Amino acid sequence: MAEPFTTLTAIAAPLLRDNVDTDAIIPSREMKSTGKTGLAGGLFAGWRYLDAARLPNPDFVLNQPEFSGARILASGVNFGCGSSREHAVWALAEYGVRCIIAQSFAPIFHGNCIRNGIVPVALDREAIAALAGHEVQVDLPEQTVRCGDARWTFAIEAEAKAMLLEGLDAIDLTLKHRDAIAAFHARDRAQRPWVYLEHPHA
Amino acid sequence: MTTLFDRLWDAHVVAPLDGGAALIAIDRVLLHERTGAAALNALREAGREVQDPARVFAIMDHIVDTLPGRTDRTLMPGGQAFITETRTAAEAAGIILFDVGHPDQGIMHVVSPELGIVLPGLTLIAPDSHTCTQGALGALAWGIGSSEAEHAMATGTLRLTRPKSMRVTFAGQLAPGVTAKDMMLALIAAHGAGGGAGHVVEFAGAAVTALDMEARMTLCNMATEFSAFAGLIAPDEVTFEWLKGRRYAPEGTGWDAALAQWRTLRSDADAAFDAEIAIDASTIAPMVSWGTSPQASVAVTGAVPADASPAMLDYMALRAGALLIGTPIDAAFIGSCTNARLSDLRRAAALLKGRKVAPGLRAICVPGSSAVRRAAEAEGLDRVFLDAGFEWRESGCSMCFFAGGESFAEGSRVISSTNRNFESRQGLRVKTHIASPETVAASALAGAIADARDWAHG
Ligand code: SF4
Repeated sequence: MAEPFTTLTAIAAPLLRDNVDTDAIIPSREMKSTGKTGLAGGLFAGWRYLDAARLPNPDFVLNQPEFSGARILASGVNFGCGSSREHAVWALAEYGVRCIIAQSFAPIFHGNCIRNGIVPVALDREAIAALAGHEVQVDLPEQTVRCGDARWTFAIEAEAKAMLLEGLDAIDLTLKHRDAIAAFHARDRAQRPWVYLEHPHA
Repeated sequence: MTTLFDRLWDAHVVAPLDGGAALIAIDRVLLHERTGAAALNALREAGREVQDPARVFAIMDHIVDTLPGRTDRTLMPGGQAFITETRTAAEAAGIILFDVGHPDQGIMHVVSPELGIVLPGLTLIAPDSHTCTQGALGALAWGIGSSEAEHAMATGTLRLTRPKSMRVTFAGQLAPGVTAKDMMLALIAAHGAGGGAGHVVEFAGAAVTALDMEARMTLCNMATEFSAFAGLIAPDEVTFEWLKGRRYAPEGTGWDAALAQWRTLRSDADAAFDAEIAIDASTIAPMVSWGTSPQASVAVTGAVPADASPAMLDYMALRAGALLIGTPIDAAFIGSCTNARLSDLRRAAALLKGRKVAPGLRAICVPGSSAVRRAAEAEGLDRVFLDAGFEWRESGCSMCFFAGGESFAEGSRVISSTNRNFESRQGLRVKTHIASPETVAASALAGAIADARDWAHG
């Protein structure tokens, strides 16, 4: 279960490129843990380190003192595309990122953010250019981002918003519909019996 | 005016949720060893159970070794723990596992259709973005993260906002030597790697219905490279014929009842889609990628675009305006859930027969499943690959992606029948060109990117 999110004031680290894919966020070779933790060190490893000994690449944004430990990232279109690995979001969350402001998000990544307490904010290119590198205030209840005198609103689905605000666990929410699920299965089993496999079925 | 997607969606709505979302019934869940243990252990630690283990399948494909004589040991550092922990977790949860050495082992998106685990009209999810492959059978199949896999196993449902619908119509007929892979690369090159974002894309048109089942899977496989939520093809006689008799497909009167229902799974003639794209299939040429996004693809006879992104050119060590044909390659790879089914191997072998790959070139063939490998061996394709100088492997994802173990040499240039050409996808700084299996085979023979049509045996 993720920590509830209401508002966050932090500097938006500029990662201003398009199509930041999940291989870049956490390379396959860095997914060494069979669980959901121990991944932050591998975050952006291909860009963040110069060599296998993890010599920091001084040019990479998170290695610059003002952006290290960033809680907000600012990026371009189609953020989180590529492999569906949730490790990308786990690594970001473990590093401390709570909000990503991008022009658009890859759908699987977007869903993974919601489930792990990271707020995906889609804004247009001009807004992102204006706020990148600056302190911004993200207000989830109001659905706004402020930076200096500028203020933008963003869209988020009611369902996703509720989950992020309360740090709710989706499974518990869904199990409130237990009766509807049982009724669906009873009805469906009569209509599409081939869907329901016998066990053991080896 | 109902679309195929509407029909699939409506049949699976368990309950509406706030804000326009819905609780959607999930008919099948597939797991692999990369994330299977994490999902199953997280469930167990939360005190939850897999609601219907008979409809969950676990398959070892992502990090298992593909060298002949393999065991649980894998070249990926720490990889063995993923394998053994997924095995233990699957056993504890009562989930069937196609383990290392199991006759049904293979890449999940190859194995599931092969066994009839996926069927028309089902919803199927897996923590893998190429789950969309299975939409080729008329199922709503999509990739999810592992938390969602936990959710689906614990509740039999997912919470979902309804995606939009798009139809991509490939009218007309493909030219000889042009394949489903080329159709997808052409689509993505023309409409962008984000072109299908937020949409369930139904592939339709004469050139699609003319494809055999395996080619349809290749087409739907790359729906995710188009950023689509899922890919779909309406099931037809080709689908039904292909599925009949597969292990998990219904039998006897059950088959007849299923068939009657499956025949209704199509879009009405007047169905309205949120977006439509039309492509004249006869204009598509064999394609090859030149950059680090599938969108950066051109006809194999073409050149790197004049306005190519400098970052991509730099990474790929190519010049704007340079011809692709003749670009020297270091390695060739035939494998993956995109293009490693029996028909793919047959088409590549037809070119390789009686020939040798270029001297010094590393060439690898990894069949999409253990069943594909056995079938290929039964017709002598393994000999063709081996005699030509290819390695012949056990099945798995293998060098489709680099997990820290086995990979192509750092910085080398690889032509590959896979689906992703991202930076370092196949090894550190490896330059990947994606193309059809025949283009890969011809290029392996030439030692440079080649047009397979120039290499067809007279
Ligand atoms: S073959 Fe490649 S693309 Fe397909 S599931 Fe395996 S790693 Fe993913």
